[in-house]
Amino acid sequence: MSDREDDPYDYTGALDHREDHAPGDAPEESAGHWIRNANLGLGFSVLLTAAAFWAAQTHLIWAPAVPVALIVFAIAQMGVHLVFFLHVTTGPDNTNNVLALAFGILVVFLIVAGSIWIMGHLNHNMMPMSQLEQMQP
Amino acid sequence: MSDSSLPAAVAALRRLREDPHRLGHSGHGEGPAEGIGSGGTGPATKRVIVGYGFWLFLLSDIVMFACFFATFAVQRGATAGGPGLPQIVEVPRVAWETAALLLSSYTCGLSFAATNARSLLWTQVFLLITGLLGLAFVGMELQEFLSLFARGITPQRSGMLSAFFGLVGLHGLHVTLAGLWLLTMMAQVQVKGFRREIVHRLICFNLFWHALDIVWIGVFTIVYLMGSRA
Repeated sequence: MSDREDDPYDYTGALDHREDHAPGDAPEESAGHWIRNANLGLGFSVLLTAAAFWAAQTHLIWAPAVPVALIVFAIAQMGVHLVFFLHVTTGPDNTNNVLALAFGILVVFLIVAGSIWIMGHLNHNMMPMSQLEQMQP
Repeated sequence: MSDSSLPAAVAALRRLREDPHRLGHSGHGEGPAEGIGSGGTGPATKRVIVGYGFWLFLLSDIVMFACFFATFAVQRGATAGGPGLPQIVEVPRVAWETAALLLSSYTCGLSFAATNARSLLWTQVFLLITGLLGLAFVGMELQEFLSLFARGITPQRSGMLSAFFGLVGLHGLHVTLAGLWLLTMMAQVQVKGFRREIVHRLICFNLFWHALDIVWIGVFTIVYLMGSRA
């Protein structure tokens, strides 16, 4: 198929016929496929969101484990969104997108974990405020 | 003995062994799919390139949000004697905000289904519902901020509050700007129809809206739900 922006064939709305698609890639699947995807995404998201709000309120879970549960629910829901709403797949036309996503996750992890780690140690090793005030001339 | 004299079943079996999932092939076994951008079958189509480029922008946007999340995580205890997170968080309001944004993501996905079916009416209807739900979300967040301001809880009160308003406000600003983009897209679809570049823009808008919902998952989990127990 032609890749030209002004190709009249492409203006008719007949997109090309392919099996797999990248995020941001119009697919060959019927609208029903996308409606089913959206329904599945909404269903899983509602379950995970409800579970997260329940876990935050309940006293049934050992208190120190609650933040861990919340983070697990959040990561699971992000995965659901990536698969069902953003349509990140393992198809060959998605290789570039998945690699970019992996790099993005690495950078996000380094920023967040690195900041918490370094600033936590910095805070721990800092002289208590009362001693600092005594050092003032 | 040449390859062509092998029985057809053996050839098919060998093809299946070498590529069991038929990756890179069209659904009907007509050879490699064109324009998927993996290099073997020529350059990627414009659609794949546009999606990839916008995906890179979204990831850089998410990296920016990660910086704000890191700031919040570092500053969350720095209340300077002022109000802490449990005094700020109203869980029912956050639940309504989450419901509005999640449903807007759903209707946004439905608008994309309508776009694929080339239905102008349903694309517009679902985009409109998406916009109204986004408006409800921004309205609830503004109301929350104003009620906090009325109680003297402002960004300059403490490091924690600066990080809180910075992170939540940045997300709200994104949703507001996405709402303006949504109105633009509704006008463009109405006037120009489903031309190729318009469909590309709709795809990018969809990706942006869903990415904002992903960021909100982090916000309501880390700021609000974990904050409500802090």
